[in-house]
Amino acid sequence: MTQILQGLDWSPLLISLKTGVVATVISFFLGLYTARKVIRLSPRPKAVIDGILTLPMVLPPTVAGFILLLIFSRRRAVGMFLDSQLDIQVVHTWLGCILAATVIAFPLMYRNARAAFEQIDANLVYAGRTLGMSEPAIFWKIVVPTAGPGIASGIILTFARAMGEYGATSMLAGNIPGKTGTVSQRIAMVIQDGDYMTAGFWVIVVMIIAFVLIFAVNLIAARSMKNEKRW
Amino acid sequence: MTLTVDITKKLGDFSLHMAFRSDARRIGILGPSGCGKSLTLKSIAGIERPDAGQIVVDGRVLFDRTAKVDLKPQQRKVGYMFQNYALFPTMTVAQNIAAGLHTGSEEKAARVDEMIRRFHLTGLASHYPAQLSGGQQQRVALARIMAYQPDLILLDEPFSALDQHLRERLQHELSGMLEGYGGQIVMVSHSRDEIYRFADELLVMDSGQILAQGKTQALFDDPGTAAVARMTGCKNIAGAERLDAHTLRIADWGIDLHLTRTVTEDVTAVGYRAHYFEPVWPGDAAGLGNCLPCKVTGMDELPFERRYYIEAAEPVCWFVQESERKELDERGTPANLRLKEEAILLLHD
Repeated sequence: MTQILQGLDWSPLLISLKTGVVATVISFFLGLYTARKVIRLSPRPKAVIDGILTLPMVLPPTVAGFILLLIFSRRRAVGMFLDSQLDIQVVHTWLGCILAATVIAFPLMYRNARAAFEQIDANLVYAGRTLGMSEPAIFWKIVVPTAGPGIASGIILTFARAMGEYGATSMLAGNIPGKTGTVSQRIAMVIQDGDYMTAGFWVIVVMIIAFVLIFAVNLIAARSMKNEKRW
Repeated sequence: MTLTVDITKKLGDFSLHMAFRSDARRIGILGPSGCGKSLTLKSIAGIERPDAGQIVVDGRVLFDRTAKVDLKPQQRKVGYMFQNYALFPTMTVAQNIAAGLHTGSEEKAARVDEMIRRFHLTGLASHYPAQLSGGQQQRVALARIMAYQPDLILLDEPFSALDQHLRERLQHELSGMLEGYGGQIVMVSHSRDEIYRFADELLVMDSGQILAQGKTQALFDDPGTAAVARMTGCKNIAGAERLDAHTLRIADWGIDLHLTRTVTEDVTAVGYRAHYFEPVWPGDAAGLGNCLPCKVTGMDELPFERRYYIEAAEPVCWFVQESERKELDERGTPANLRLKEEAILLLHD
């Protein structure tokens, strides 16, 4: 064990955590925004848009990775434009990690937020309006806190999914140590080398982090639920 | 102080057409569930948008389709008390009351304190809505509206979320709490008692239409049409055939009514409230006037009232109060029920 720790490269942990946090923050705002828009649509467009937004969650990550690669490859229009005009590279960069993780994890945030918003009594929003509250104030002070537990569970699942993303990330960002090499990719790599001790160490680290985070957010949700009746 | 509403709105098969103008401080709208009462209030508050028409509160145009005026609910200064009170569940009582205040924090705190005292919420400032009783929730909802100082207050079935035993007390309490308010208040309800107690002026509506408008007492005394009479709680309504200027034949009850007042030609029905019958026993003073043979077909015993159902083509209801029950128990079922002339409602189409 001490042998493993001594020679250990901690960069995969840092890369995974950073990717998870950034992807979750992006998904949070994007998820709330799209959820709010989608619940106002009429049934048919709603079904179409909802299907498209949920697709990355249902597809195998390698399929999502393939599509992302098609779009952002430097040999294709979008990738070429980003590279030559804005000097932005997606493939084989940390940006690629973030993009892959966000695309895969976003539906979890969006779906949880949507379900929570749909449970909200419309009268609460109407009451806010007739009391002269602005729409952003109604959204952030009434809707989001009331949907709090649902959104919190969305955050947990999004973070967990983003941090552990493997398939799309390996295709789009690759496994460049110190740059795009996430914990999931490191585990797969060391197992191919037959190094089960290092793989096992990372597995335990990931499990501990995941558990601590879920536990913490659950506590927050429980506090906000304090005044709700139990059944 | 005038409220003018003249709006139409189609919602699927339902179409609403509300047109009224009122100077009364307390306006009541009485009608059965689904008649468009709430839709009317929501249109006034700006929660729903009418297809056409105009809404003017105290000279301020809130909505005018032809002039393309459609103020947002935020700009209307119309307070709305929802059936379920719509208190914000994640905010304390104090935060709920402060929700509509957009002043400095010191002024805000002072106003919240004032409201908490005025609405008897002392000690509950940091409670959450789920910890409050139904009556307390209603007071918070009202305090929140009053703190906002709206030009008009709308009450949407304010007592329907409450237990029966609370309802009576709170109907009384609410009038007291609204006393200091200078603007107009509109209350909608399907309960005749609530509306009667509250409203100076009454609108009776059904299926999206106004059936009658008038001073509350006047409308209860003379509802005009059978539909309005029924809505004001008149149990016995029967078709009438006018025989001459002072006589009506009531085929459903099998009697003729002789009236000293003149019966106009448009009278097509009569109404008689179930509490107003006078029991008559054989041997009572003769020449009793309009009487209905009292053949009881059924009876319901309520805690403080007895309800008899009298045989007729259209069964007649006779309600007897606790205080009059003793005489009935002593003398037995009366032979006849007398209709007092002043209590007979003459109705037209």
